[in-house]
Amino acid sequence: MTTTPNRHKRGPAPPWWFAAPAMLLFAFVVLVPSARGVYYAFTDWDGLSPDFSWIGLGNFTTMVGDATARQAIWHTLLIAVAITIIQNGVGLLLALGVNSMIKSRNVLRVLLFAPAVVTPIVTAYLWRNLLGPDGAVNSLLGAVGLTSWQQDWLGDPQLALWAVVGVIVWQFAGYSMVIFLAGLQSVPKEIYEAAAIDGTGPVRRFWSIVRPLLAPAFTINLMLSIIGGIKLFDQVFALTGGGPGHATDTISTLIYKEAFTLGEFGYSIALAVVLTIIVAVVSTGQYFFLARNERAAS
Amino acid sequence: MNRYRWRTFALEFVMIAAAVVVAFPVYVLVNLAIRPASDTSSPLRPTTRPTLDNFTEAWREGALGGALTNSVIVTTVSVFIVLAVSSLAAYPLARATAKWSRGMFLLIMLGLVLPFQLAALPLYQSMRDLGLLGSVWALILFYSGLQVPFTTFLYIGFMRALPRDFEDAALIDGATSLQAFRYVLFPMLKPITVTALVLNAISVWNDFFTPLLYLSGSDQQTVPVAIAGFVGQYVSEWNLIFAALVISIVPILAVYFALQRSIINGFAGGLKG
Repeated sequence: MTTTPNRHKRGPAPPWWFAAPAMLLFAFVVLVPSARGVYYAFTDWDGLSPDFSWIGLGNFTTMVGDATARQAIWHTLLIAVAITIIQNGVGLLLALGVNSMIKSRNVLRVLLFAPAVVTPIVTAYLWRNLLGPDGAVNSLLGAVGLTSWQQDWLGDPQLALWAVVGVIVWQFAGYSMVIFLAGLQSVPKEIYEAAAIDGTGPVRRFWSIVRPLLAPAFTINLMLSIIGGIKLFDQVFALTGGGPGHATDTISTLIYKEAFTLGEFGYSIALAVVLTIIVAVVSTGQYFFLARNERAAS
Repeated sequence: MNRYRWRTFALEFVMIAAAVVVAFPVYVLVNLAIRPASDTSSPLRPTTRPTLDNFTEAWREGALGGALTNSVIVTTVSVFIVLAVSSLAAYPLARATAKWSRGMFLLIMLGLVLPFQLAALPLYQSMRDLGLLGSVWALILFYSGLQVPFTTFLYIGFMRALPRDFEDAALIDGATSLQAFRYVLFPMLKPITVTALVLNAISVWNDFFTPLLYLSGSDQQTVPVAIAGFVGQYVSEWNLIFAALVISIVPILAVYFALQRSIINGFAGGLKG
């Protein structure tokens, strides 16, 4: 905001202690434990005993040799990228469909968004049944004569990861849609219609008129889906528990297992440090990339 | 013109088909929840013997009443605290230009990036030492801090776009900073308060990982943890599980459909912030 000198008298600046309650809560819950977490990542702490020792990079060298951890990191990145592309692709198509002259657009907007407010663990349990060998998805494939497409969606190590991605897209495509829709509504109708009358095709109109105005919506959507994908825990926990074997383990499910079923707290926190680094690198990288894009588009 | 009407109609058809795909799991959910366990026909076939027995049993066995109460308390109290402390904190952070203000803003930005998994285990230890494990107070304290960076960030962005003239007028007329905030600035923040309220309430209500850690082994549960426990106990009795899932979804969807306009705008509101 700009200040106009000498036009108005200014009141006193708000006192710093207004920020104190929030900063204290934030420090107690996030900052201090995170700092301690980074410290514990270099120890062999078991979560209970007060004595533990500094082992330097020990946990991280173990991780390099740990095939389960390497796989979990790979799954995490794969899921995050897949969700980002598919969920936003579907979300954008839905937004374009709803942002049209169709009569059902208001009802559809409300319906398509509805899954996004439901508890993820609950929708994941629902899908665990639907994707089972005798579940509704296979019944539906059988009913339309596609018996050969029937699969043990969550029990097949090749498919389970994609089943998890599918469930998340089902739940959150409507979320991306709503963000894109808010962006689409900022596109001036006159310009769009004028281009149509001049004979510009729908693809060209989208690319040259709509896409640049959607840049802020893209920024938010890509950030939300990629960070959400990297931190993914609930849906994997409920759908597959990381299985079959370790076929769907993500960094977050491994953090949970190492700490609470194996008692390897130090190692678990070392995994959390890796997760933090990935999130930090991806979000700053994406921030600068998309900020440049937004400037280029405007 | 005919061609356009035909196209619109085709689009309408495709979009309704998409909505049917989205709604299909809900149909199966309800169909299985209202049929007796003895009915083993295809999950697609509408049941011929609807019953409410699954619901009464799931309600009784799953302690869902207590879990719903806990979820309501945790969500209401922690969202109230977060909105109060974050909006107040955003005031000096958005307006002051001193070094400390800049420093705190950077800490808030750092908080946006840190994944909770990093703090979860050390905080587990602190909560244990404070004797808060297994109590809803642990969760209230937790969300009140965890949601601060995001909420404060939303408020700062919105506040920076507001003119200072109104609060300055109040301050020059002798109002204290707190009065200027409470009676002049805060009412102008209403749109972003609605957004922050919706986003915080949904993420607190739906959170599973934290209550799984901090309430495990106690009789205090929130809805997501109660559901996970219920599934663990009734492994393949899907009719009962589905009834429990329906019970947990109904309150959320009821609120959603009643307030859909504000909720959807709340979600989209982050875009303008």
